Amino acid sequence: MEHQASPEITFQHHTDDATFKKRVRKTTILLSIITVIELAIGLTIYTIHKGPDPSTLLVLMFKGMVCILTLAKAYYIVSVFMHLGDEIRNMIMTIVVPLLLFIWFIIAFIADGNSYKNLRNKYDKHFQETTMPADHKPAEKPADEKTGGKQ
Amino acid sequence: METTATVHQTKWWSGGKSPFNMEYGKLMMWYFLMSDAFTFGAFLISYGSIRFSQNFWPDPNVVFNAFPGAGHANLPLAFVSVMTFILIISSVTMVLAVHAGHNGDKKGVIKWLFWTIIGGLAFLGCQAWEWHHLITGELPVLVDGKIEMIGQTMRGNPWGRLADHNAALAALQNSSHETLVQLAHESGKSHAELAAMSNPQLLNEIKIDELHIREKGPVAFGGYFFGITGFHGFHVFSGVIINIIMLIMTQKDVFHRRGHYLMIEKAGLYWHFVDLVWVFVFLCFYLI
Repeated sequence: MEHQASPEITFQHHTDDATFKKRVRKTTILLSIITVIELAIGLTIYTIHKGPDPSTLLVLMFKGMVCILTLAKAYYIVSVFMHLGDEIRNMIMTIVVPLLLFIWFIIAFIADGNSYKNLRNKYDKHFQETTMPADHKPAEKPADEKTGGKQ
Repeated sequence: METTATVHQTKWWSGGKSPFNMEYGKLMMWYFLMSDAFTFGAFLISYGSIRFSQNFWPDPNVVFNAFPGAGHANLPLAFVSVMTFILIISSVTMVLAVHAGHNGDKKGVIKWLFWTIIGGLAFLGCQAWEWHHLITGELPVLVDGKIEMIGQTMRGNPWGRLADHNAALAALQNSSHETLVQLAHESGKSHAELAAMSNPQLLNEIKIDELHIREKGPVAFGGYFFGITGFHGFHVFSGVIINIIMLIMTQKDVFHRRGHYLMIEKAGLYWHFVDLVWVFVFLCFYLI
């Protein structure tokens, strides 16, 4: 390109219109599909929760899947829309390597919160009794008996 | 990438070349975005930490189930998916604006920037509606043996555990006239009619089995929701302002005279980052 901010810079990642259009269209469709799958999983989790016997493990697995799909979305946005994938490798590394700190960050703080909960449940029975979600079945049973008397 | 690296290897740091082959401003925008990613990351991780420290956390499908104009219909995830698609589309139009800038196509830049701004404003409008709905949408909550109507604020929210049915029934007897009038609205009678009724009459109007009376939810939920989506909304807002400035500068031929539209690229990076953050906010608050 003739128009440059500085002679030190050469723009090599400028593609022609056709390739560019194809790439953007592909990424847009990909992002939309991932979002739709995420929404479908979200609704699946909702129906599992509403169901008679919610399986914690199944919900956790679906939530894990949504997390992975989100990371895929983030990858496409950063590498295609933000063109990070087209930059020089050293430049990519100066951005990506510091972000690895998040691996420790997430694990450490989530584990900390979880350990705090466990300790409180063990030593603070009042906290446990007032906040632990009750089994919703016994709460809904007497409702049927009351209906007749009320209306 | 390999080839470019080897070609310039010998002279890479000896001056006259940009080591990252990138303009200074753009590089600094990248580093700013990286630091901003840590800010948002810290917020979201703090939210996760608090959430893991609680025995009960509100189910997003219960909290976010409203849609403008749909009344009380239960539509989980519907509105937020609209918001998500608005941001994705506005991100695409921004990519097109940046590309038009590369081609020096002033008309294209103006057209796509305009649509990006519209997308940003639409997103902000959606967020304003959602906040308004959460704050003013008051729901019956069992507090100290009484039913109170509360919305989601920084001080409390109605998204706690489902209250014990008998406790809720007893609490209805102790509740204020005003609360009962609000609860009886579903009966179809006018407000004036209901307001004239006595408490026992109102209790007869209330369909007790259709009420889902909950306890107060964890206070942190409201704070984190408004704090993080608000901080993101503020980013969207500043992004819209930046895009408007870019649009005016383009129209005034500032970039044309400069010979390049690199400024659009930097604004574009910021805008994509806003979209990127929403992907994670969407995950943490609405999906899991």
